[in-house]
Amino acid sequence: MIVALVLVLVAVGSVAFHLWSPWWWTPIASNWHFIDATITITFWITGVVFTAVVLFMAWCVFRYRARPGHRAAYEPENKRLEIWLTLATAVGVAAMLAPGLVVWHQFVTVPANATEIEVVGQQWRWAYRLPGPDGRLGAVDTRLIGPDNPLGVVPGDAAGQDDVILDGEDLHLPIGRPVKVLLRSIDVLHDFYVPEFRAKMDMIPGSVTYFWFTPTRTGTFDVLCAELCGQGHAIMRGRVVVQTEAEHQAWLGSRGSFAGLAARPR
Amino acid sequence: MSEIAHGAGGPIPAAEVPEMELPHPHGWWSTYVFSQDAKVIGIQYSLTAIAIGLVALVLSWLMRLQLGFPGTFSFIDPPAYYQFITMHGMIMVVYLLTALFLGGFGNYLIPLMLGARDMVFPFVNMLSYWIYLLAVLVLVASFFVPGGPTGAGWTLYPPQAILSGTPGRDWGIVLMLVSLCLFIAGFTMGGLNYVVTVLQARTRGMTLMRMPLTVWGIFTATVMALLAFPALFVGAVMMLLDRLIGTSFFMPMLVEFGQQLRHGGGSPILFQHLFWFFGHPEVYIVALPAFGIVSDLISTHARRNIFGYRMMVWAIVIIGALSFVVWAHHMYVSGMNPYFGFFFATTTLIIAIPTAIKVYNWLLTLWRGNIHLTVPMLFALGFIVTFVNGGLTGLFLGNVVVDVPLSDTMFVVAHFHMVMGVAPVMVIFGGIYHWYPKVTGRMLDDTMGKIHFWVTFLGAYAIFFPMHYLGLLGVPRRYHEIGETSFVPASAQDLNAFISVVALVVGAAQLLFLFNLVWSLRYGRESGPNPWRATTLEWQTPQTPPGHGNWGPELPVVHRWAYDYAVPGVAEDFVPQNQPHPAPGHAAQGHAT
Repeated sequence: MIVALVLVLVAVGSVAFHLWSPWWWTPIASNWHFIDATITITFWITGVVFTAVVLFMAWCVFRYRARPGHRAAYEPENKRLEIWLTLATAVGVAAMLAPGLVVWHQFVTVPANATEIEVVGQQWRWAYRLPGPDGRLGAVDTRLIGPDNPLGVVPGDAAGQDDVILDGEDLHLPIGRPVKVLLRSIDVLHDFYVPEFRAKMDMIPGSVTYFWFTPTRTGTFDVLCAELCGQGHAIMRGRVVVQTEAEHQAWLGSRGSFAGLAARPR
Repeated sequence: MSEIAHGAGGPIPAAEVPEMELPHPHGWWSTYVFSQDAKVIGIQYSLTAIAIGLVALVLSWLMRLQLGFPGTFSFIDPPAYYQFITMHGMIMVVYLLTALFLGGFGNYLIPLMLGARDMVFPFVNMLSYWIYLLAVLVLVASFFVPGGPTGAGWTLYPPQAILSGTPGRDWGIVLMLVSLCLFIAGFTMGGLNYVVTVLQARTRGMTLMRMPLTVWGIFTATVMALLAFPALFVGAVMMLLDRLIGTSFFMPMLVEFGQQLRHGGGSPILFQHLFWFFGHPEVYIVALPAFGIVSDLISTHARRNIFGYRMMVWAIVIIGALSFVVWAHHMYVSGMNPYFGFFFATTTLIIAIPTAIKVYNWLLTLWRGNIHLTVPMLFALGFIVTFVNGGLTGLFLGNVVVDVPLSDTMFVVAHFHMVMGVAPVMVIFGGIYHWYPKVTGRMLDDTMGKIHFWVTFLGAYAIFFPMHYLGLLGVPRRYHEIGETSFVPASAQDLNAFISVVALVVGAAQLLFLFNLVWSLRYGRESGPNPWRATTLEWQTPQTPPGHGNWGPELPVVHRWAYDYAVPGVAEDFVPQNQPHPAPGHAAQGHAT
């Protein structure tokens, strides 16, 4: 009796916690509200299943508790019931998987008009590179990384001359324009993580990875590292400022280019 | 239907299982220490695993103290915190759960449940334990070397694991990798034993489809482990070479704190594939024995046949097979080719179907049962709640696009603790309360058992259920403190403090359990040979605890499946597997056919 009651309380308490606890996701600031929608669908399906399972169990524990003269029913199999349950499960799984795969297809399909920007991770800070007026990022080479060239931009590549390098500064992005974030690390694994954007991806030394999103809300957002990168992992922070197109252009104009940086007198 | 229940009275093979030469002990050392008796080896495995598990428990306390009350404990700096989480994770997954289920329960139960005298290779079996012990000692040694144990996270991802920004880079990581290699070598010796014993040493009448689900679970998990562990083994050897002699299997060209290193051309993500090719089956290597054991606990203590035995066996086998094609769901945001996501999300969600079938069949075994709320049954119920909860959150993380925001957050930590931490541990406890009488001849104390259950079950649930919501909020995992952010409300820290307090209490309840283990050895009620009135062979031994060789002069002969509870027309509510069917004339009043 008590056991059944506690099981009911576990089910009811879990649902109540879900509905009324103050902890929920941060307001979204990107185009990935479909991801939130898929999470919501998944919460509904799994929540119903969990509650049903625990309540059914509680009922069994109460109804079929051992008492004098009571005896279990002998029934090794029930093919119809088993097939029926299997099919119902398959439908539930498909109802979660199908929207998930549709949204994943959007996630891996970068719009042709997306601006490429680069985020570079290193122990334990962030650096960024934005394309200059030519809209293209220049080539890079890890071997060229040094005090004067923190991101290893190839000096001979014309496309890189006007690149804007942000080392130890906030990243600024214009609202409403899709961005393809190219991710690069020069030492260990990192992960560029802005909770409000929902999207994230590891950065791997030796490769360039990417994801894309469109900022949909202006403001300043925290950047965290989401892949263990050594003892400074938790303090590897940065900020992204999402601003209007006009503000962004003004800000961009105030930054120096790679060529300017390289020509700087020492 | 009756066919599986009774094997249709199928013919018992005439050929005797050949009697095996048992290496009988000569004196105290070979009886209790260098024993070749699987039961002694099983107990040795279990006690060693519990001992190292206590270390992991203390580590979890330390990390919870830090998370609940950041800044209060000055000796827990970030490097120490990373060392705690790394060692806690690795100990729990490999050195406790794997060793306890396969080395502990496997050794003790496989020969007894199958009517065998012992494992088929007793000497190799003994060697398996001693190599396991060596692996544990090497692991423990890493606490005492300069720089301490590795803090690379239990996943040991390179390049970070072997670079100087990670604690334990000098010695810790080397000892960890060596210890893993030893563990795998030792496990392989035991694992081959379990597989060959199941396939070759079953007594007469014990067909595969009459084996208790405990044996099915352990057997399938062992086969999987034999296939999965080599991937970790080669990964560990390659990383050792990278670390010690400067090869570049996993090391691309990189710049460490402004310094160009001499590595180049390696692939960090290759290690992740090797690791998870082992690591995902590992989840089921822990889960399948738990599935098997809990099936037997539920059936015995609900006095009802397990529902859908054949489906249960096939579900175990299918889950085992599928678990080898889902590994990259741990790598959705690893930077691998994103198109892999379609494949791995699909396989991962498909695996939910056989898993759900198992849950339904446990519930349908309770349904119309005669449920005795013994301590093992309570733990079985606790398992179902936590497993279903953790399994369902797996549907979030397995569904590639949902995983993107949630991966590397506390949601993941909550999920895997619920599904492969709490749930299997519930089964381990249930199993210990269930089989302790066979091992010692005495019952564990019931009152202490019930306190242990309620504190552990409700406490663990209160720890890990709310933790999901921290992850949803965006709190990353592997942070010793969240620090200043704009998106985490101050109330999240209250939740963290609450979780930490509960964790301390739940940990303390385990000390009560340990006390019970020792106390009952001396003062527990005498159990007799079959206190739960169970059907399986281990309860039908001539002696309790069973002697070396298990069965006296004659091996048992099996006449039926393992789940003849409450058979219609039979007065007793259970029929042991080795009880013959009544003579044909009496069959009419017996079971429906």
